[in-house]
Amino acid sequence: MQQLEAQLEALTSQVATLQGRQPENKLAMVVFSGDMDKVLASLVIATGAVAMGMEVVMFFTFWGTPVLRDKDKRVGGKDIMGNMFAAMLPKGADAVTLSQMNMGGLGTAMMKSLMKKKNVASLEEMVRLAEELGVRMVICEMSMDLMGFKREEMIEYEHLEFGGVAKFLEEAGTSKVQLFI
Amino acid sequence: MSDATKISKSLDLKGLACPMPVVKISKGIKEVAVGEILEAHTTDPGSLTDIPAWGRTTGHEIVDASQDGENIRFLIRRTS
Repeated sequence: MQQLEAQLEALTSQVATLQGRQPENKLAMVVFSGDMDKVLASLVIATGAVAMGMEVVMFFTFWGTPVLRDKDKRVGGKDIMGNMFAAMLPKGADAVTLSQMNMGGLGTAMMKSLMKKKNVASLEEMVRLAEELGVRMVICEMSMDLMGFKREEMIEYEHLEFGGVAKFLEEAGTSKVQLFI
Repeated sequence: MSDATKISKSLDLKGLACPMPVVKISKGIKEVAVGEILEAHTTDPGSLTDIPAWGRTTGHEIVDASQDGENIRFLIRRTS
């Protein structure tokens, strides 16, 4: 009888541990790419996931980082490399280009006009929709540091955070779905 | 029309592309009471597979899906 009780106790604690490890109904996404098409795909999946009842967190890292720059903000006090990256990398979601068929910007312009015609939301509109839906966005501190970006030049976004790999892994570890785009 | 299929709210989502139909329907369903019906009109051919997938995932019941040319109409019952 005592043995049974001990077994029951062990089982109960095991079940509690397992329940703690159940992944949440959450999507954790890395947006590594700064290509317009891939960022569009990531935002479509993110907003769609909220519609499906999921919590969503997106990590913008490396080439994805400049997608969240604010096109109207100017910040000074950068070194030569920082100024170079600032000038060469796209300034915000409206400035990114296609991964294929860009043709010096012509292809991207054509795709944008086609998207408008076909009622596909622009990247900037998708970012605002994501904000409204409560999609969290985390910007990688290391990428910002490498490229010389400052927090003050990033977009105003209600659910914006800054973090590193541990933050991503914590979120990914408790998510049902993880994507790298 | 019987009470069981009475439409409480209707959404015109014609012309909208992915992911907007599913995003708007997920918002619209919260605006009808549990047990009530939301009607949605779409033209996105993808919505024919997307909305039932959304229903299976969220648990809301797709009472009817019908297509007339490019126009698609869904009747969705809020279950929770």
